Amino acid sequence: MTETLTLGKALNMGLRRAMEDDPKVVLMGEDIGKLGGVFRITDGLQKDFGEDRVIDTPLAESGIVGTAVGLALRGYRPVVEIQFDGFVYPAYDQIVCQVAKMHYRSKGKVRLPIVIRIPFGGGIGAVEHHSESPEAYFGHTAGLKVVSCSNPADAYWMIQQAITSDDPIIFFEPKRRYWEKGEVSTDAAPGELHRSRVVREGGDVTVLAYGPMVRTALDAATAAEEDGRSLEVIDLRTLSPLDMEPVYASVRKTGRAVVVHEAPGNLGLGSELAARITEQCFYSLEAPVLRVTGYDTPYPAARLEEEYLPDLDRVLDGVDRTFGW
Amino acid sequence: MTRASSKRTAPPSATAVDFVQLLTPDGERVTHPDYSVDFNPDELRGLYRDLVTVRKLDAEATALQRQGELGIWASLLGQEAAQVGSGRALREQDMAFPTYREHGVLYCRGIDPIMPLGLFRGVDQGGWDPIANKFGIYTIVIGAQTLHATGYAMGVAKDGKVGGEDGEAVIAYFGDGATSQGDVNESFIYASVYNAPIVFFCQNNQYAISEPLQRQSRVPLYQRASGFGFPGVRVDGNDVLASYAVTRAALDYARQGNGPMLIEAYTYRMGAHTTSDDPTRYRVASEVEEWQAKDPVARVRKLLEREGIGDDAFFASVDEQARKEAVALRERVLAMPDPDPTQIFDHVYPNGSPEVDEEREQFKAYHASFEGAHR
Repeated sequence: MTETLTLGKALNMGLRRAMEDDPKVVLMGEDIGKLGGVFRITDGLQKDFGEDRVIDTPLAESGIVGTAVGLALRGYRPVVEIQFDGFVYPAYDQIVCQVAKMHYRSKGKVRLPIVIRIPFGGGIGAVEHHSESPEAYFGHTAGLKVVSCSNPADAYWMIQQAITSDDPIIFFEPKRRYWEKGEVSTDAAPGELHRSRVVREGGDVTVLAYGPMVRTALDAATAAEEDGRSLEVIDLRTLSPLDMEPVYASVRKTGRAVVVHEAPGNLGLGSELAARITEQCFYSLEAPVLRVTGYDTPYPAARLEEEYLPDLDRVLDGVDRTFGW
Repeated sequence: MTRASSKRTAPPSATAVDFVQLLTPDGERVTHPDYSVDFNPDELRGLYRDLVTVRKLDAEATALQRQGELGIWASLLGQEAAQVGSGRALREQDMAFPTYREHGVLYCRGIDPIMPLGLFRGVDQGGWDPIANKFGIYTIVIGAQTLHATGYAMGVAKDGKVGGEDGEAVIAYFGDGATSQGDVNESFIYASVYNAPIVFFCQNNQYAISEPLQRQSRVPLYQRASGFGFPGVRVDGNDVLASYAVTRAALDYARQGNGPMLIEAYTYRMGAHTTSDDPTRYRVASEVEEWQAKDPVARVRKLLEREGIGDDAFFASVDEQARKEAVALRERVLAMPDPDPTQIFDHVYPNGSPEVDEEREQFKAYHASFEGAHR
C-alpha cells in the first residue's frame, strides 16, 4: 500500500508499527504522552498503547537515557525522544560513556538496543538551543551509530529499522521537514538502514547532503540544470558508519564534490567526507572537495538564520567554486 | 567562604551520629525498635568468615598493585560490614548495580572474586555478563549506575515482578560524593515518580577522594530521601548485623511494591581512595585511629567470643582459609594473559561496522609488515 504522508506522520506510523511488532518497544520522553510530543510525532500512541509503553518522563534528559539503559538491560527496547537538539547535552555523558560503551565493556555480553530520536537543525524561527546540528559529536563516538532521514518514506522505514537493530542508534530527524509530504510504501523497505543513496543522477558535480539539506541540494540541482550543469545528489542517510562506496563511484565519475550540512564546518562531517574522498579518489578529482556549511559561530538569533543556513544559492556558489580550479 | 567554615573538614564522630545499630564496637548486641536479626550460630560464623575473607582478598589485591601486577586497586578496607551485610541481604532474584569498590558485595553474590581483577589489571574493562551474575559491571563514572538501576527496576515493575515475597528488588550502590551528582538525584526522582522497586545504598565513607562530606552536603545524606518522597534511614555501616537487617527490610519493602528507599551506611574508608591516592595529605591520623576502634570485623569476633560460638581454632581456620583464597587469587591474577591486540576492534557494535572491520584489517596488515612478523 502506498500513502502520501508528511515526514512527521510517517515517523508516527513507523513508531506505531514497531510497537505493534514488538511488545518490548517502549517510548520515553518529555511530553510524548497526552500531548503527543511538541512536534506530535508520538500523537495518539499513548492512547493506544498505554502509559506503560509511552512514558512521559520527568524533565531530566540524563535520567531519560540512563533509565533507558536500565530498561534495555532488563530486555526492553527503549525509543527515546529528546525534545530538541540543544537539550541532548545533559544526556551526553550517559550516551557517550554508557550507551556507546556498554557492549564493548562487557565484551559483547550486553546489548543496548536503544534509539535516541533527536529533532535537529534550524529553519523554524526558534529561540536559542532549538536549531542545532550536533551530529558530529555523536558520529565521533565509537559504539554509536548515527543516521538521518530526509523524506517520509525513509522516515517510516528507517525508524523501524533502527528500532529492530541491536546497535544503539542516534536518529536525527529534520525538524523543518516534518510537514513535507511524500509517497510512502508500507509494504517493503526501500533499502537497508546503513546505506547512502543517489537521489538524483548527474555528471558534473557530486553534492553530498543528509537530513534537511537533501531537499536544499535537490532544489539546487534543479536550478543548476537551468544553467546547464548536472548535479548528482547523494543522500548520505547513515552518518556513522558512512557508506562511502556510492560516494566514491560518483566522485570518480564527476571529479568534483561539494558537501552540504547545517552544522558548523570546523571538524564537522564534511571534513571527514573530504578527507576520505581525497584518500580514495585523489586521481579522479578535478578540484578540492568543498564544504558548504553553517558558520563556525553559535547558532544565531532567528532573524539571522536564513543568512546562517546553507541555502540553494550557497550550494550553487559552492558548485561554481569547484569549477574555479 | 569564611575561614571558619573551611576549617570544618573533619567528619563528625560516629558516636555523635544517630543510626540503626545492632552490634556495638565492643561486640555487644543492642536492640532497635524497628530492626532485628535472628541469625543462628552458623550464620553468624558465616558472616565473620565473609568479613575476614573479603578483607584478606582486598589486602591481596592491594599488594598485587604495589608489586605492579594490578594497574590500580580501589580498596574496600573499612567498609566490609556495609558490603557483606547488604550483600547477604540480597535474595537470589535481586539485581545489584555496583560502583567499582563493591568487591564484598560481589563476593556475597557467590561470584568468583577473580571476575573484576581483569579490569584492575588492565586486560579488560569488566567483560562480565551483568544479568547472568545479577551484578552490574563496575561503573567508573560516579553515579551513572544509579540511573541504570532505576531503569532496570522500572522494567521489573513493568514485568509485574513486584508485590509479593517472590518479587524482585534492585539495589544501587554509590558513595557520599555521588550524592552531589545530577544522575543520582535524577535517579531518586525517577524511582520515586514511577514507584520503582529499588534500594539506594549509599556507603558514606566520609570522603570523596580528598573531599570530606561537608563539601557534598549540609544535611545528613539519608535525610535527602524525604525531599524525594521516600524513606531514608541511616545505619551503622560498620555493623554487619544492622547493615543486613536494614537492607533486608528495605529490599522487601521495595519488592512488595512500596517503592524506593535510601540507606545511608555510615562508615569509613580506612585506606586510600585508590592505590593512586595519598590520604595523609587530607586527613589526620587521630581520625583514622578513632575509626579503627570501630572496626567492622573485630566487633563480630568479639560477639562470637562473647556468645561462646567462636574459639581460637575457628578463628585460625577462618584466617587460614582466607589466606588460601588470597593465594589462589594471586596465582590466577599472575596467570592472566595479556589480550590479543586485535581485541581492540572486538565488540564495538553488536551488528559490527564496516569501518571498524577495515581498521582491524589495516592494523593486522601493519603488524604483518614487520620482518619476522608472526601475527
